[in-house]
Amino acid sequence: MTPQINELWVYLSTSPLLGLTLTLLAYQGAWWIHRRAGFSPLANPVLLAVAALVALLAVTDTPYQTYFDGAQFVHFLLGPATVALAVPLYLQFQRVRAMLVPVIVGLLVGSVVAAASAVLVARLFGASLATQLSLAPKSVTTPIAMGIAERIGGIPSLTAVLVISTGILGAVLGRYLFDALRISDPAIRGFATGITAHGIGTARAFQESEQAGAFAALAMGMNGLVTALLLPALLPLLQ
Amino acid sequence: MIAALTQLLVLQLVGEVIARGLNLPIPGPVIGMLLLFLALALRRGPTSDLQSTSQGLLQHLSLLFVPAGTGIVLHLHRVADEWLPLLLSLLFSTVLTLALTALVMRLCARRVVTGE
Repeated sequence: MTPQINELWVYLSTSPLLGLTLTLLAYQGAWWIHRRAGFSPLANPVLLAVAALVALLAVTDTPYQTYFDGAQFVHFLLGPATVALAVPLYLQFQRVRAMLVPVIVGLLVGSVVAAASAVLVARLFGASLATQLSLAPKSVTTPIAMGIAERIGGIPSLTAVLVISTGILGAVLGRYLFDALRISDPAIRGFATGITAHGIGTARAFQESEQAGAFAALAMGMNGLVTALLLPALLPLLQ
Repeated sequence: MIAALTQLLVLQLVGEVIARGLNLPIPGPVIGMLLLFLALALRRGPTSDLQSTSQGLLQHLSLLFVPAGTGIVLHLHRVADEWLPLLLSLLFSTVLTLALTALVMRLCARRVVTGE
């Protein structure tokens, strides 16, 4: 490398500009592929963007922390976006009220099944205790899940990755599974997706319909609350 | 758009203060969501500014998960060591949760409709 290019790289690799821009570029590329694939759940935009960024960090030998210094500006928007979920929720509230009993039953069943099945299967196949505990809040939205993991003895940053993997899986599989089970009500499809696959599932549910999206947002918020409250009590029963 | 963004951030901030002040296990943004919901119920709906800003943020909600997802690079060792239990746990648990939640909800929704 000539000295100028070297200096330029030193500047870019320490400035947040690069991490931020790369995140947006990777997402734009992923979205382009997602659209070309006819919005198929299989071409999940989060998965594609993450894969591209992981490859890029590996090739350029860039530490994650350097990348995150820029990407944190995108990450930060998770907070206001969570608050904004109240808007579709309000607009769909008539329907939510009519579905109150199924919503509460679905919430309790989904919340317990998500945590218990993840821990039990991981233990059955020999995962370490730290991994099991990091898996327990995997269906809960990232910021809540990381807080829970910290409290129960998991590894918060590992939990974040498992949460996002779960979100991608749920968003990919949901449509096919619901079609196979002949579940057509957008409220139920959305709610089950939100319970299982939090924000990534919610993003997918909004692509199906406004109503599915609102129910997914509701499920995500409620599952965050319920898991935060129930999981510390549930864990001793699973050990 | 600026007014709506300010409103969202203020509610997040208030939520954060409540969560930390009362030592609640619920994160600030979720409390902010509940507060905004209450505000909308009192005012009978969002302003068009808030509605379009929220729609803009939520339309590309997926983007916001990309930075944390890329954090997988920090855990490549553990993922390599424990890939089988991780994969089976995520796959099995995701399918089971999706299916069971949807099936119990359909069962309950039918009971509500038929009035049993």
